[in-house]
Amino acid sequence: MTTTPPTSTHPRTTGRPARILLARSGRVSVAFRSRSLWVCAGLLVTTLVIAVLSLGTGDFVISPSNVLRTLFGDGATKDTFIIHTLRLPRLLTAVLVGIALGIGGTLFQSLSRNPLGSPDIIGFNTGAATGALFVILVFHGTANQTAVGSLIGGVATALLVYVLAITRGVHGYRLILVGIGVAAILTSVNAYLMTRAGLRDAQGAMVWLTGSLNGRSWEHVRPITLALVLLVPVALWLGRDLRFLELGDDTAGALGLKAERTRLLAVLVGVGLTALATASAGPIGFIALSAPQVARRLTGVPGPNVVPSALTGAVLLAAADLAAQRIFAPTQLPVGVMTGAIGGVYLAWLLSREWRKRRG
Amino acid sequence: MAKETWMSRLRAENLTLAYDRRVIVEDLDITIPDRSLTVIVGANGSGKSTLLRGLSRMLTPAAGAVLLDGSQIRSLPSKEVARRLGLLPQGPIAPDGITVTDLVSRGRYPHQGVFRQWSADDRAAVDTAMRATQVTDLADRYVDELSGGQRQRVWLAMALAQQTAILLLDEPTTFLDIAHQIEVLDLCADLHEQQGNTLVMVLHDLNHACRYATHLIAMKDGAVLAQGLPEEIVTAELVTEVFGLACRIITDPESGTPLIIPAARNSSRSQARAGRRVDIAQERV
Repeated sequence: MTTTPPTSTHPRTTGRPARILLARSGRVSVAFRSRSLWVCAGLLVTTLVIAVLSLGTGDFVISPSNVLRTLFGDGATKDTFIIHTLRLPRLLTAVLVGIALGIGGTLFQSLSRNPLGSPDIIGFNTGAATGALFVILVFHGTANQTAVGSLIGGVATALLVYVLAITRGVHGYRLILVGIGVAAILTSVNAYLMTRAGLRDAQGAMVWLTGSLNGRSWEHVRPITLALVLLVPVALWLGRDLRFLELGDDTAGALGLKAERTRLLAVLVGVGLTALATASAGPIGFIALSAPQVARRLTGVPGPNVVPSALTGAVLLAAADLAAQRIFAPTQLPVGVMTGAIGGVYLAWLLSREWRKRRG
Repeated sequence: MAKETWMSRLRAENLTLAYDRRVIVEDLDITIPDRSLTVIVGANGSGKSTLLRGLSRMLTPAAGAVLLDGSQIRSLPSKEVARRLGLLPQGPIAPDGITVTDLVSRGRYPHQGVFRQWSADDRAAVDTAMRATQVTDLADRYVDELSGGQRQRVWLAMALAQQTAILLLDEPTTFLDIAHQIEVLDLCADLHEQQGNTLVMVLHDLNHACRYATHLIAMKDGAVLAQGLPEEIVTAELVTEVFGLACRIITDPESGTPLIIPAARNSSRSQARAGRRVDIAQERV
């Protein structure tokens, strides 16, 4: 067996072949890679550690042991109120939105075969913002109506970009360029709406636009939980077929895959997850962009890593929210400021790497 | 009718293929002989790649039908077709950071399901395919680190792992240097002779086509001009008609198949060079 030292820029940390584990029962056999399993376990543990830390920190500090005791239903009355009513819904929203963004990102990056093909780069977030701004500034709607507005805006933009980009299969760069163009137009629409707004409305709209998890309650947790329960199984099933679709429509078709159907389904699920995440927490940037890439470097497996990307999204968003709450305490930053600051650096790095790769 | 179906598993009847409104192949009847190494040749734009896409169901016919084992290929389940007929498209794309074994394993897709993802049969098919194409030593390498010739062998291994009786190849030698072209074609000839597979390929190089084909199909403007054993059909007239090229046909001293020698450009320089070469040859004698 020949192994070569890693030389190129692809995510790889060992030259060893991936060990494949089989879960068998009767005629059923499901293949896992042992490294991916370890990565997922590590991410789960990290999520739990961040969860205990976030539940314990704030104006009223609760020790990790008391946090755990409270979660298992054995805590003091005051701790129970703070955790169950104030902090747990916010944490759960962060984790669930992170999962949705991570999966949405990995589906779209796989479809466009490009890390820049993420929903937050190709205009879905901007479209969701346009929808929300309309509701906030023109109709003076409630928080729930704003969420619905952003949902409609996001889905409509996604479909517009997809229809404009499709020409006998979707080509990665075309999707990205069309997306960036549509995003630019919508950004100016958003800016126009803001200039027409009164000061109070504009302030509220600005907070929404940054993406925030402040004051999230159980009523925010429920819709996104339901969406994940419905869409994650479909995403898992699609993840397998998308690995084959990355070989190109003809090769995938020759292997018996229905390319068009798989792609359309992946777009619908990806848009659904991204739009719901945005409706829950505002247009939080860069999680959908970075989570799949981080997950891929951790597992070393090409193609959509659905579960690792979901867990990475959860870790990133929960950690960013913890940092946003604590760094300038008692001032609480919107989490979007945090992901934007870190994500901006990451995006610059990614763009410069792509640019260098293209120049050879 | 039934008898003919048995003799050829893959054929087309009154096949018309078009991109949007532009008709490329019109009302074509073609039969791929079983266990043949069929090579389709023709000038650029003659419709040879389009025909291959039609035969492999990548392009829906505007009229007529492609028949696989006597049934319309469109009416058969996609995975069912993929277990009988494979296709290696022109310039296939390897995902970033994929290893050779991983890529070859993907050829097993039509034999797998959501609840039957990997079996001993899959392992054996992948091993056999990698051995046949001599890529076993590259198993853990990354596909994008390989040379063009190695990469093409890996793609062939993927198509072989699919274990289909019929394999279609669209210009498998494009972008390869001459040594790697011959390597890939020798490999295809071995597969054809040793495993009895039916191979159908589109080739640009007419001399390669003559040397390797057991059945040659010459196309022009979406129609078949001639087909049969290269020795029987390739004449200077045919080459002139198909490619618009003046030439002489001699016998390939290596293989005994027709060898096409394009006519020399009629200039004083080329005549002088030809004369000098004759002088040198005479001196040696």
